Amino acid sequence: MKQVLEGSMAIADGVRMAEPHVISAYPITPQTHIVEHLSQMVADGDLKAEFIMVESEHSAASVVLGASACGVRTYTATAAQGLLYMEEVIYNIAGMRLPVVMTLANRAVSAPINIWNDMQDAMAIRDTGAIMLIAENNQEAYDMHIQAFKIAENRDVMLPVIVNVDGFVLTHTFEVVETIDSIDKVKEYLPPINMEYKLDVENPYSLGTLGEPSVYMESRYNMYNAMKYSAGVITGAAKEFKDMFGRFYGGLTDAYKMDDAQTVIVAMGSVLGTIKDVVDELRETGKKIGVLKVRTFRPFPEEEIVNALKNVKNVIVIEKATCPGKGGILSVEIRDSLFKHKINTVNVNGYTLGLGGRDITPKNIKDLVKRAEKEENVDGEFVGLAQQYL
Amino acid sequence: MLTKEETHNELFTMGHTGCSGCAQSMSVKLIMEILGKNTIATSATGCLEVFSTRWPESSWKIPWIHSLFENSAAVASGVEAALKYMGKKEGITVLAQGGDGGTADIGLQALSGMFERNHDVLYVCYDNGAYMNTGYQRSGLTPFDAYTTTSPSGKESFGNNRPKKYMPEIAMAHRIPYTAVSSAGYPMDLQKKVKKAMTIKGAKYLQVDVPCVPGWKYEPKYSVKLAQLAVQTGLYPLFEAEYDKIISVKKISRKVPVEEYLKLQGRFKHLFKDEAGRAEIEKIQKIADDNIARFGLI
Repeated sequence: MKQVLEGSMAIADGVRMAEPHVISAYPITPQTHIVEHLSQMVADGDLKAEFIMVESEHSAASVVLGASACGVRTYTATAAQGLLYMEEVIYNIAGMRLPVVMTLANRAVSAPINIWNDMQDAMAIRDTGAIMLIAENNQEAYDMHIQAFKIAENRDVMLPVIVNVDGFVLTHTFEVVETIDSIDKVKEYLPPINMEYKLDVENPYSLGTLGEPSVYMESRYNMYNAMKYSAGVITGAAKEFKDMFGRFYGGLTDAYKMDDAQTVIVAMGSVLGTIKDVVDELRETGKKIGVLKVRTFRPFPEEEIVNALKNVKNVIVIEKATCPGKGGILSVEIRDSLFKHKINTVNVNGYTLGLGGRDITPKNIKDLVKRAEKEENVDGEFVGLAQQYL
Repeated sequence: MLTKEETHNELFTMGHTGCSGCAQSMSVKLIMEILGKNTIATSATGCLEVFSTRWPESSWKIPWIHSLFENSAAVASGVEAALKYMGKKEGITVLAQGGDGGTADIGLQALSGMFERNHDVLYVCYDNGAYMNTGYQRSGLTPFDAYTTTSPSGKESFGNNRPKKYMPEIAMAHRIPYTAVSSAGYPMDLQKKVKKAMTIKGAKYLQVDVPCVPGWKYEPKYSVKLAQLAVQTGLYPLFEAEYDKIISVKKISRKVPVEEYLKLQGRFKHLFKDEAGRAEIEKIQKIADDNIARFGLI
């Protein structure tokens, strides 16, 4: 059924379709609407779940950790400071191989305090062992949440999945979303959770034990391998979703007008909409330009990116987070991937913009397209700064 | 005395790496005897987790989980919620455990949340009065004038310069259905309180005084004696409360001067050097006397 839904409502409804059993919640802008919607669904009897309104994000993550360890399906959501507060727990959830799904409404990190969108929060947890998916629009966000549970609960993955959605730009924006009518069809796509190791009085295990130097590395290696393996599972989940529900956004990446492209813009999240508009316009003027969407930041889609970019001349990477003391983040990983594959003919330029909710305009993108042809190896340079505040 | 076979059948088994004379492991054993196999336990980071679950070994014959230092109560909340969802809560006890640091300092927020939401969880704080697992640093429950490595005695110091936080009263302030204080020195009292906690639905808080051989610096044979002296001096009042009302106190049969308790422990030995130390012992005596008066221990 096609509906006009606020992003947060679309996400909450996607989560409802996956029927999580325990949900923990703590308010933080711009995530709050998601858990408000979910708590209303529980209050109305539309979702049978234990809804735990906790006293902090640290406990939000800890509650789903404990519940997930009992073998039930779990969900929570957060943003920015909340994510940083629960980061310790996210490392723990991943290390304990618990398939928790959460939404991250991407938001700038303090200071200065700023509630608006960028991706700095997501970058802070890139090494936790959580799978990180990034949605471009509300429809993809809806679909991606259903896929997230399937990926997390795969027996050979068993890792938390964090679905990134741009704060406000997606969470507070109304778009047409086609929702799934049949929960039975979702059940067919997403079988009941079935965990091998869990807290069960009939079959007791000790979980979260002390890992001494003789075993710690192996435990981390197993997780590392599961993350690697998840790449195929993510692509498989997307394809299976396409077969059942008809919608597909690519596996780990998605190409847009890339066939003969000499210039490619790489980005994650909602800014891709603006970029595609600009590319359409530039294509009309004869420019051979395309877009590469990164749908999965962890696992990093190295193969896909190298294959997509190896014959391209100029790559423009939109960085919505910064790494002080280094420069770009996404562009660095792309350059590294190409270097590893001994490809040195691609000029990768990373530009930082859109921090703290600053608009990324079509003009910004067009300017970068021009700049990138003249520049080399730009490493996360800030774009569009107001000189009077420097 | 238990036979070897009976010992093997215990739910918290021998073979762990706790210190000889460890009153915490003793208390865990006593508690598990009452709770039985239909229990799911969480543990905060600390001695208990370290000495009982060196992978691939574990002393726990019940489902047990350790996550982090400060979230034992929150993890237990999640366990309880999952059991409720599955319709399995009836007949299963959720036991959350932490040391004094994991409970009253870094874990206080998560604990307060669990209390306030009134999860059906029994939280046990094993109070040995400092961060013993990291090597005897002061916590909010370190007693007045105790030497720790971060509240050392010296020319300008008699050790920890603050009295112990009244953690059980913080629990009571949440109006949870049951709060109790017990001691490794009184196994019957401890087991009686665990038994009672099992019959009560909602959040329960049980604080147990567990002497620590290396932290308190005494001979292992004194663990039980010290736990008893803590009660008999009035320094560690044992009581039970329902909501905000104290419903029972363990009376002191023979009031013991605090000196008898302090002199057996290395952490207080700086108080026995001179007149100034003697004056400090008087201050500790006053803490005990105040407890006796406040709780009506005699």
